[in-house]
Amino acid sequence: MSHKATIPIGPYHPLQEEPEFYKLVVDGEKVVDVDVRIGYNHRGIEKLSESKNFDQSIFLVERICGICSSSHPIACVQAIEEIAGIEVPERALYIRTITQELERLHSHLLWVGLAGHFLGYNTVFMWGWKYREPICDIMETVTGNRQSYGMMKVGGVRRDIDKEHIPYILERLDELLPKVDMVKGAVLDDPVLHARLKGIGVLTREAAIDYSALGPTARASGYDIDVRRDHPYAAYDRLKWNVITQNEGDVFAKAVVRILEIYESVSIIRQCLDRLPGGSIDANPKDIPPGEGVGVAEAPRGEVFHYVKSDGSNSPVRHKVRAPTYMNFPTFRETVIGQTVSDATIILAAIDPCYCCTERMIAVDDHDRTVLTPQDLIRLSQEKTLKMKDRIHKVC
Amino acid sequence: MKIDEAVKKIKDRFGNKVLKVYKHSEKRAYVDIDHDDIVPVMTYVFKDLSFRFNIASGVDTFEGIEILYHFAHDPSGIVISIRVLLKDKNDPHIDTVTTVTKSAWWIEREIHELFGVEFNGNKDLRPLLLSDDWPKGVYPLRKDFVPPKRDSRKT
Repeated sequence: MSHKATIPIGPYHPLQEEPEFYKLVVDGEKVVDVDVRIGYNHRGIEKLSESKNFDQSIFLVERICGICSSSHPIACVQAIEEIAGIEVPERALYIRTITQELERLHSHLLWVGLAGHFLGYNTVFMWGWKYREPICDIMETVTGNRQSYGMMKVGGVRRDIDKEHIPYILERLDELLPKVDMVKGAVLDDPVLHARLKGIGVLTREAAIDYSALGPTARASGYDIDVRRDHPYAAYDRLKWNVITQNEGDVFAKAVVRILEIYESVSIIRQCLDRLPGGSIDANPKDIPPGEGVGVAEAPRGEVFHYVKSDGSNSPVRHKVRAPTYMNFPTFRETVIGQTVSDATIILAAIDPCYCCTERMIAVDDHDRTVLTPQDLIRLSQEKTLKMKDRIHKVC
Repeated sequence: MKIDEAVKKIKDRFGNKVLKVYKHSEKRAYVDIDHDDIVPVMTYVFKDLSFRFNIASGVDTFEGIEILYHFAHDPSGIVISIRVLLKDKNDPHIDTVTTVTKSAWWIEREIHELFGVEFNGNKDLRPLLLSDDWPKGVYPLRKDFVPPKRDSRKT
């Protein structure tokens, strides 16, 4: 008789952001196969967009994700601007860049917090989420909203940045950096986290290319791609910044990439505010001619891809949306298989899939039956860290 | 690599199998091919020219079901879309490209359920986004799809 057991995780739980259903096949502690079922949250946005006009579809795609609610609209307006050949005013490009980087800041801090929580580092969780708050305040100053910014429009942006607000924004960013240093130290200099995360859930460069992985997931595997540099949009080609890469491909490398990207984002926002050109923020386009357009933007998780086809009428004939997790998610086949159950949580969380879902787990054995709750799963992960902590302290 | 150079390489390799080329700008081009040639063309673009597979997108047009395979070349910042047309709307089928890249795994499942396209050789065409009890033969992204009216009294 086989000793393999199937562990269903998901699809619904009040704790999780989005419903997904994982099926882990385990042999003892080891994961031997994994499958995922998505679609519980399928809202038919692509179909819906065909019934909206071009202005409305921007608001629609903004509601795809609460965290990337600036990347989707940017990719969408760029696709439409490509169809019509619209030149966007310089000032609007800079403002777009600022909202993009603010979004990346808050998203990466959010991820660091969650990852800390799963590993039993609740201080990191508290810090990450606490220091994310001022970013949301800056977002409110710039766009008027903490989330769902309503900032993008075809041909420019909807709101301008007031001159009086710039010192406030800079001050908040100055305050943020020492805090990020603290989080960085807590995560990257901790021997237990090194032991816990290094060599775990490795995605090789070849696999990253084969799966067309994106964003920090790809960059942590030495696959040096970044839409902001490679397919420059907004004002990225006018600024100086670095693409962060790591070669190890494990969970630790993904954490390093995200934390170091926070510094780059702060630097980009500062440069933008410093050089913010004057002038109009909107090209006021009138018609969208027939044609096809592709828009790409680098969301915190990777490239967002929008394809829009217009027949000259008021609304798109076809609007294809591809979010980065769509490409990053299937890589779990490479990273989770062969690892232990207690590591599965952090490996699945490492691609930052708008976080994974742990409704309940059932470990079915030959004779008895154990039910594991999501808290148990997190506890398993946290206990492993504790054990390692003990072992490391003994050695020291 | 400039976009003209990339398009020329594809043309040189596949000759008159390339049916039409439309260059939208210095960064974007669309290349039409016959649906029978998708596997060799994709192998050449993805493996030999080292393009990254962005995604595929289906469109229901008057002529048939159109599938666009979008590819990005990151070092040069260009995007090329390979277009195929499946004329028979009642039984659209095309060879699977999951043999070329694993990144096509989910999108073929998605196009299968939303447009009713059959991918020859792909054994894993389980539903991805739609529920398991979605009626067979109803494809929501086709233009003739009429969404069921919601009865407000029931909800």
